Amino acid sequence: MKPKHQRLVLALIAVVALVGAGLIAASALREEASYFYTPTTLAAANVAPGKAIRLGGMVQEGSIVRGADGVSITFIVQDQERSQKVAYRGITPDLFVEGSGVVADGRLVPGRVFVADSLLAKHDENYVPKELADIDMSAAAHTKDTLVP
Amino acid sequence: MIAEAGLAALWLAASMALLQLIAGLTLLRDGAGQLVPLIKPAAYVQGALSTFAFFALMWLFYDTDLSVLLVANNSHIDKPLIFKLAGTWGNHEGSMLLWVAVLSVSGAAIAFFEKRIDTKTLYATLSVQGFIALGFFAFLLFASNPFERLLPAPIEGAGLNPLLQDVGLAFHPPTLYMGYVGLSVAFSFAVGALLTNQVGPAFARAMRPWVLAAWIFLTIGIAAGSYWAYYELGWGGWWFWDPVENASLMPWLAATALLHSASVLATRNALRAWTIMLALVAFAMSMAGTFLVRSGILTSVHAFAVDPERGAFILALMLMYTGLAFVIFALRIGTVKQGEPFQLVSREGGIVANNILLSVILAVVLIGTLYPLAAEAMGDKISVGPPYFNKATVPVMVLLMLALLIGPMLRWRRDELIRIRYWLIGAAAILLLGAIVAWQLAPDIGLFPLLGIAFSLALAVAAWLPLRGRKLLRTPLPVFGMVIAHFGIAVSVFGMAAESGFSSETLTALAPGENAKVAGWEVKLNDVNPIAGDNWVAVEGDMIAAKNGNQFALHPQSRHFFTPPMQTSEAALLTRWNGQLYAVIAQPDQEGDGRWQVRLWWKPFVTFIWYGALLIAFGGAISLFGRMFRRTKKPTRNRWQS
Repeated sequence: MKPKHQRLVLALIAVVALVGAGLIAASALREEASYFYTPTTLAAANVAPGKAIRLGGMVQEGSIVRGADGVSITFIVQDQERSQKVAYRGITPDLFVEGSGVVADGRLVPGRVFVADSLLAKHDENYVPKELADIDMSAAAHTKDTLVP
Repeated sequence: MIAEAGLAALWLAASMALLQLIAGLTLLRDGAGQLVPLIKPAAYVQGALSTFAFFALMWLFYDTDLSVLLVANNSHIDKPLIFKLAGTWGNHEGSMLLWVAVLSVSGAAIAFFEKRIDTKTLYATLSVQGFIALGFFAFLLFASNPFERLLPAPIEGAGLNPLLQDVGLAFHPPTLYMGYVGLSVAFSFAVGALLTNQVGPAFARAMRPWVLAAWIFLTIGIAAGSYWAYYELGWGGWWFWDPVENASLMPWLAATALLHSASVLATRNALRAWTIMLALVAFAMSMAGTFLVRSGILTSVHAFAVDPERGAFILALMLMYTGLAFVIFALRIGTVKQGEPFQLVSREGGIVANNILLSVILAVVLIGTLYPLAAEAMGDKISVGPPYFNKATVPVMVLLMLALLIGPMLRWRRDELIRIRYWLIGAAAILLLGAIVAWQLAPDIGLFPLLGIAFSLALAVAAWLPLRGRKLLRTPLPVFGMVIAHFGIAVSVFGMAAESGFSSETLTALAPGENAKVAGWEVKLNDVNPIAGDNWVAVEGDMIAAKNGNQFALHPQSRHFFTPPMQTSEAALLTRWNGQLYAVIAQPDQEGDGRWQVRLWWKPFVTFIWYGALLIAFGGAISLFGRMFRRTKKPTRNRWQS
């Protein structure tokens, strides 16, 4: 490598590397980014079973059913129009109660049940999961001021 | 009264920053000016005034002066003293005041200590520093005044988010801020050197301690944040690729690259434009980090402070500073002469590989963090989580480890791989052996943990090789620093790979008296008791973990706080030399059959992740100490050559 071309070569390597980074990111995003749905948009969309997605809405009153093992639950997430059954195995987050907002990470399995890997409930006083901020929170039975432990 | 004095100090400090900026501009235009001699004194005064303002706010928190809005919103008369004080920076306004105070004190320190660069570059650097401070003073004074009064004063105050009432976390944000501010100093040096045509080894030597210090703080801050998320969130994970975590990781990646390229510039006078570019990028990343965390634009498990107006203000500041800096870069880079040439196979070549791979990781993390925002602007709600980040970054990290196995063995300027053939064969043998052993232990370990184990073993050896053939007593401290930091990476990666490859988990519901098993441990739940703290009540599990006849008590808690109302999990951690037993207890089973949800993990070597991070920071500290100490001695030539 001629010395006077060194800077040019280094600059080219950097450009190639950054374009490479962009391509890596684009391909990983296409496969791994998970889209957010509410029960209504999920019903309308044709989501392949097994594809990672997020589901958000309100936990329907009276819908939480606990399994005999003490750590499995099923519940129904609803928005104004539709509802979706969710199965989850694990410790439910603090403040996960009927009538409150929840965002579940997981996937649909055959039989149109949504299996959640993790649940995100309203995390603290000032924090509502961002995806739920646009949903009409007046449907929630518990709000910041009335939430009881 | 104290609040008003603090506010006045802020205004005066802002005027000092403005003075520094104007004096610097006259210097650049005319080459001199009546205001120029005032630059240094202005930097001292600015540092003193900002420090005063910060301690004024701390006094208000100590005193729990509820007539100040910020105190009323974030403190409570019942809070323990340490958290009252930590409340000073545990909120948006206070943390920005801390940011500015550290920035101002850094400016004063440069003015006082820096002797290696010429006066004109020093003045230009201080002016840039003043310019940055000015923007943040404006932000404080116009958009987040920490000293605002509240009338009438409330009786007890709202309290601090209980998740933040944790000693570790009390010192987490200030640590990261030190890192961000250190990078702003590096940025000021870079722009100052560009403006005065002094991009060379002297500038790199002046900038390097600041980059090193920033990098040490960022390393500690990231490790502390990770450990906090690990035990406080109760999810068993130590890195969630959460936007707030990424906001601290991105400046760290840029600082790591900058640290290495600045070393090349300081010792070999090469990579000039490259180093300047990295300094700008590192600052842009720390501004982006501040913006992402402080604007509330992101969904995050631990985002606090949500206010779009402030976000817009920080975004405007970020675009202005980085935009101006890149314009100056574009205009002035033609005047920066190419540095010393080198062959691709050389120490410099290895460091270029380090820089490029770190930049690729940085770009991938940045895209993954910002993409959901861009998509949302287009009307799509998506989230980008660990699957993306692991898939896109881990292969690049493997390449980075490969570069780390070879680069430090090479000579400066030109070398041949054939010269280090015995090490190359040895490294390949360790890699193969490590992979086979890991695969034998756990056939379903997965590719990335397998590679992680193999590479960490090879690197644990490679890290020490630069000391081979040296007289240890005469080896400069920075070489020891490098060796220890690289060994720390091996330790940390080993912990990450072992944790993700070999962890076992048990999730069950237990009635008092029942047992659960995880990875050879037998954990018995004796009882569950209610207990109370200063401002919380909790249920506490009384557990006994037994293995090979040894018994240990575990006391996981599920806490409920009153002000503000919220619940947190306090995991019980049993640390052994070869891993941690991690136990979480949840609220009672609502069926009322007397069972409690219990989650147990055995995490082999998980503590190595943070031990490694401490070693990395310790290596940095040794190096920094060596650099500051060496100034008094005569510099030796070719210190790096073995």
